[in-house]
Amino acid sequence: MMAKTPVNFTLNGNDRAAFAEDGQNLLEFLRRGVGDMSPKYGCGQGTCGACTVLVDGETHLSCLVLAETVDGKEVRTASGLSSPALDPLQTAFMEHFAAQCGYCTPGMLVSARALLDRNPRPSREEVIEAISGNLCRCTGYEPIIQAILAVAEGRARA
Amino acid sequence: MATHRGRGFAAINYPIGMNLGGDPSQALVHSNPDGKFTVALSAIDLGQGMKSVTRQIAAETLGVPIEDVYVDTADSDTGPHDMGSFASRGTHRMGNAVIQASNEARSVMLEAAAEELEVDAADLVTDGKGNIHVKGAPSRSITTMAAAQAAQFKQGRTIAGRGIFLIPLSEVDPDTGEMTPVSCFAHAAMLVDVEVDDETGEVAVIDMQSAYEVGRALNPKLVEQQLRGGAWMGMSHAIWETTEPYYPSREHGPEDFNSYLMPGPGDLAPHHISVLERPAPDGPYGGKGPGEMCANPVLPAVVNAVYDAIGVRIDDLPVTPEKVLRGLKAQGGAKPRRML
Amino acid sequence: MIEFRKEFFADERDDDLNEIGKPTRRQDILGHVTGRSPFFDDHQFDGLLHLRCVRSPHHHARIRRVDTSQAEKMPGVVRVLTGKDVPTNLNTLLSLLDFGIDDEPILSDKKVAYRGEPVAAVIAATEAQARAAVKAVRVDWEVLPHVLDVEEAIKPGAPKVLDIYPNNKFIYHGKYDHQKLRFGDVEAAFASADHIVEGRYQMSPIEQAPIETCGAIAAPEQNDRYVCYTSTQALFFSLGTAAKVLQTPSSKLHFVGGTVGGGFGGKVDSIHEPLAILGAMLTGRPVKYAWDREEEMQVGAPRGAERWYIKDAVNRDGRITARKFIGYFDSGAYTRLSSYAIIKGVGHLPGPYTIPNVYADVYCVYTNRTPATAMRGFGITGVDFAIETHMDKVAETVGLNPIELRILNSYRDGDMKAHRREAKNCALVECCQVVAEKAGITLSAEARAATSLTGGGGERARIPNYTATDQNGRVEGFDTGSYARKSGSGPAAATAQPSTAQPARAPQPGSQPASRPASASRPEQAPPRADPPAKPPESRPAASRSGAMRFSSLSGFRRR
Repeated sequence: MMAKTPVNFTLNGNDRAAFAEDGQNLLEFLRRGVGDMSPKYGCGQGTCGACTVLVDGETHLSCLVLAETVDGKEVRTASGLSSPALDPLQTAFMEHFAAQCGYCTPGMLVSARALLDRNPRPSREEVIEAISGNLCRCTGYEPIIQAILAVAEGRARA
Repeated sequence: MATHRGRGFAAINYPIGMNLGGDPSQALVHSNPDGKFTVALSAIDLGQGMKSVTRQIAAETLGVPIEDVYVDTADSDTGPHDMGSFASRGTHRMGNAVIQASNEARSVMLEAAAEELEVDAADLVTDGKGNIHVKGAPSRSITTMAAAQAAQFKQGRTIAGRGIFLIPLSEVDPDTGEMTPVSCFAHAAMLVDVEVDDETGEVAVIDMQSAYEVGRALNPKLVEQQLRGGAWMGMSHAIWETTEPYYPSREHGPEDFNSYLMPGPGDLAPHHISVLERPAPDGPYGGKGPGEMCANPVLPAVVNAVYDAIGVRIDDLPVTPEKVLRGLKAQGGAKPRRML
Repeated sequence: MIEFRKEFFADERDDDLNEIGKPTRRQDILGHVTGRSPFFDDHQFDGLLHLRCVRSPHHHARIRRVDTSQAEKMPGVVRVLTGKDVPTNLNTLLSLLDFGIDDEPILSDKKVAYRGEPVAAVIAATEAQARAAVKAVRVDWEVLPHVLDVEEAIKPGAPKVLDIYPNNKFIYHGKYDHQKLRFGDVEAAFASADHIVEGRYQMSPIEQAPIETCGAIAAPEQNDRYVCYTSTQALFFSLGTAAKVLQTPSSKLHFVGGTVGGGFGGKVDSIHEPLAILGAMLTGRPVKYAWDREEEMQVGAPRGAERWYIKDAVNRDGRITARKFIGYFDSGAYTRLSSYAIIKGVGHLPGPYTIPNVYADVYCVYTNRTPATAMRGFGITGVDFAIETHMDKVAETVGLNPIELRILNSYRDGDMKAHRREAKNCALVECCQVVAEKAGITLSAEARAATSLTGGGGERARIPNYTATDQNGRVEGFDTGSYARKSGSGPAAATAQPSTAQPARAPQPGSQPASRPASASRPEQAPPRADPPAKPPESRPAASRSGAMRFSSLSGFRRR
C-alpha cells in the first residue's frame, strides 16, 4: 500500500479534502484526485505554464508543487473564474478570439487574473511579462495581449 | 557593434486538400423536433475552428440562425467518416459535405413547411431568423420549429440530410510526374523587416507586411487567427526552432521548452495583414483553407531580409546567431545590400 | 492591422450572405475559457493504469534479448508488453492508404533504427511506477553502424536503415528510386541561358510542439467494446490502424476525440491508440499512453529535414526558362507519410511560376533518426523556403527588384503547369502588388498593370513538344502492379541500378547583372465573369476497391 496524505484546502472558494499519493504533484492531485480538469499537463517540467494555478493568491506551476503542501491553503484554478458569471477576462478572451485550441487558456487566464489583481492598469510591457511563462502555440500571443489590455482599460464588459 | 536593417520578400501558393485527392469527408445533419439542428461530423478541431466554420456553413445553407445549429464531432459511433484534419482540407472538403447534407435537410424542411402552408415548396424562402415564408409575402409564414414539429409528428418526414465530398484520386506518371495535385490553391506574399545585431548575431523581426488570398473568408476572425498564429510560427521556424541544432548530428537535441526555442510575447513583430478573396470554384462558398500556408512565406522572407541587412546568405535553417556571426566573420563584416 | 481588400476579384463573388462572412464567436470558446473543453485526458477513470515505453538509446542496433523479468516484479506493475503481444506488430498506415509496404513495428523485436524506438511497454498503477519499471527492463543490444546524412545514406556501402529497400531509398511505382518530374528539356535551356543560378538549401527538422502532448486513454466499454479517447487528428485513420494492428473488427472500437490541444500534423499518425487499447484488452482496466514532453520533442515524429539543390536558367530580362531540382527528404528510420510528402512536393514544383522547362528528382531517404511525419505545410514548406530564397538570388543576378521578378515569372490563369494541368484561380500577382504598395516599394508600370487574369494561356498553355525523359534510378524486383509491392519472395530480391543523375553542385557566383527587362505590351482583356458558387460541385463516387479494411487507394501509382 502506498502512503497517502490527507490534504484539506479550499478550491475556488469551496472546502475540499482529498488524499494525495506519495510524491504526487498538485497538477495530478487536482486533475485525478479532486476532479478539476482545468489545469493542464504541457511539459511536467515547469517550462510551459499550462498548469498555472493560484495558491494563496500567487501564481504557481502546479506540476512543480507537491500536492500536500497546499494543506490549509486557498487554491484557485481557471474553472473557478466564473462564479457562475464570467470573469471579465473570460469575456474578453472570447471577444478578442484569444484562444484557438484552448489548451493554454486556463493557465493563461490564471496568470492574467493574478496580474490584474495586483496591478489593475498594467502597461503592454507588464502584460507581456505576466504571461511570459505561459506558452501558446496557436495564437501568436497578440490577441491574448489585446484581451488583457481591454479588461485593464475597462473596455471589456463584466 | 551595430544593428543593420534589411527587408526580405517571398511569394507562395499552397495546395488545398490532400495531394492527389481521394480524401473523402462525410456529414450528417438532422433536426430535433424543435427545429434545432445537429451536424454530426468526425472532423477534428485542433484549434483551427473546424466546429465553428462548419456551423456557419450549415446555418447559411439551412437558412436558420446560427444559434439553432450545433456541430458535434468527433465520435466514431455517431459521426460518419472523415479523412482527418490535415493538408488544409477541412474547410474545403468538410465544408462541401456539410453543404450537401444541409441542402438535403433544408429541402425536406421546406417540403414540410409547404405542406403546412399549402403552397409550393419552390415559393418558400427562409429569413435566417427562424422563419419560413412565401417569397414576397412575409406574413404567410411558419417558424422552423413548427415546421419541424409538423414534419415529425404529423407528416412523418425526417428533416435530415447526408453529404459526402470526394475528389477522385489522381494517378501519378512515374516518368513525367504528371498528376492532378489538387483543385485549387491559396496564395500569399510577405515582406519582413529585420534587424541584425552584428555583435551578437541575433536577428529580430521588427515588421511584417502580408497579403493572403484565401478564396473566401468564411469567418474573418477565424481567418485572422490562422494568419496571425501561422506567421508567428513561420518566424519561429526561421529563426528559433530546431530539434537538431547540429543536423545531421543528433547531439544536443532539445528535450524541453528551455532548449526548444520559440518567440514569446515579448518577441512579436507587428503584422499588417491584407486579405484577398478569389473564390475557389469548388470551395464551400468559395473558401480555401488558410491554416498551413500562413507560415510558409515567412521563412524565405526572413532569410532574404538577413541577406539584405548584412550580405550574408544563410541557406540553412534555422538562422541562428552562430551562423550569422560565422558568416560575418567569413566575409569580413556586414555588407548591406538594400535591394528593397 | 488587418484589412479585407474586397475590391480584388469582386465580380467573382457574391458577398451578400447571412452567416458566411460574419465574425461569429467560436462554438467552442466558452468551453476553452471556462476550462470545460474536454481534451482526451480530461476524463476520469477508476483504476487508470499508465503505460510507458522502453526505448532504444542507440541510433541503430540489433536486439539480442529483451529481459522484462525484473520489471514485471516491480511495485505497481500490472503487465509488460513486447512485440509478441501485439497481434499484428506493424504500423499499418501505409497499407491502409495503399501507399507502400508496412515497415515499422509497434514494439520492435528484431532491431531498432533510431534512438527512441520502442521495444517494450510497461503498464503500471502510477506513472512513477511505470518509469521505474522501464529502467528495470534489460535489453542486450548489438550496436550497428548508423548513418545520419541523407547523401551519405544513399551511397553504396552505407549502413542499411530499412531492409525492404536498397540503398536507403523508397521505391516509387516499382520502377525508380525517386519521383521524377519532367517537363520540356532543361539541359537545352541551360546550354542557351544568359545566366545560370544555383543554390543548395537545407531545412532542419522541427517539432510540431503542441502544448498538449500526444496520447490516448483506452478502456473497456460495455458490450465487449473498447472506448478510446485520443488526441488524433484523424479519427478514422487511427481507428482503422488500431483495428488492423489488434486484429479486431472496427465495430468493436469506439473512438472519441475532436477537441485537441494543437496538432500541426504531429497527431496524424502518432499511433498511441493500439497500445492503449491492447493494454485495456489484456488488463481489463483503463490504460493511458501519453508522451511526456521529452518524448514529444525527441521521439515524436518531427517535420523531416529537407535538402534541395536548385539550378535555374535565366534570361537577362529576368524570365526563368528552366528550373532543375534535386531534393532529398529525410524520412528517418521508417516511411510513415514521407512517401506521400515527396509526391505532394513534386506536384508543387516549380513553385507558382510559369517556367517552360522543369526537371526534378526527389528522393525519400532513410536515415537512423526519428521518423518524420506531417507538419504544417507538409511537403511544401521546405521546398518553398528553397524556391523563394533562390528567387532572390535570381533577382540579384539579373538586377531586378525581387517583387518585380516574382510578378514577371508568376503563373496566370490558363498557363500550363509542370505537372501538365492548367493553372486556374490564380492570385499571386495581386498578392505581390498589395505587399509592394503597403511596403512603399515602387513597381514598374508593367508590374503594376499585371493581373492573374491577363497574360496567361496562349503560348504559355502548351505542353512542350519534346520532354526529355530517362531511366535513371531504375530498380528491378518490385511489382509495378501495385505501389512499391515487392515481387519475389524476400527483401533480397530487389537490386538497384546506379543512378547517373548527379546532384547539383554548390552555387556558382552569379554573372554580371543584366539590363532591365524589355517592356512587353499585354492585351487588356475583361476578366471572365463567373457565377458565385451556390451549390457544391457534384461529388463523384469513388471507384470501388477490394479489401474490407482499406480506405480509398491513395497511391495513384497503379496503372489502370
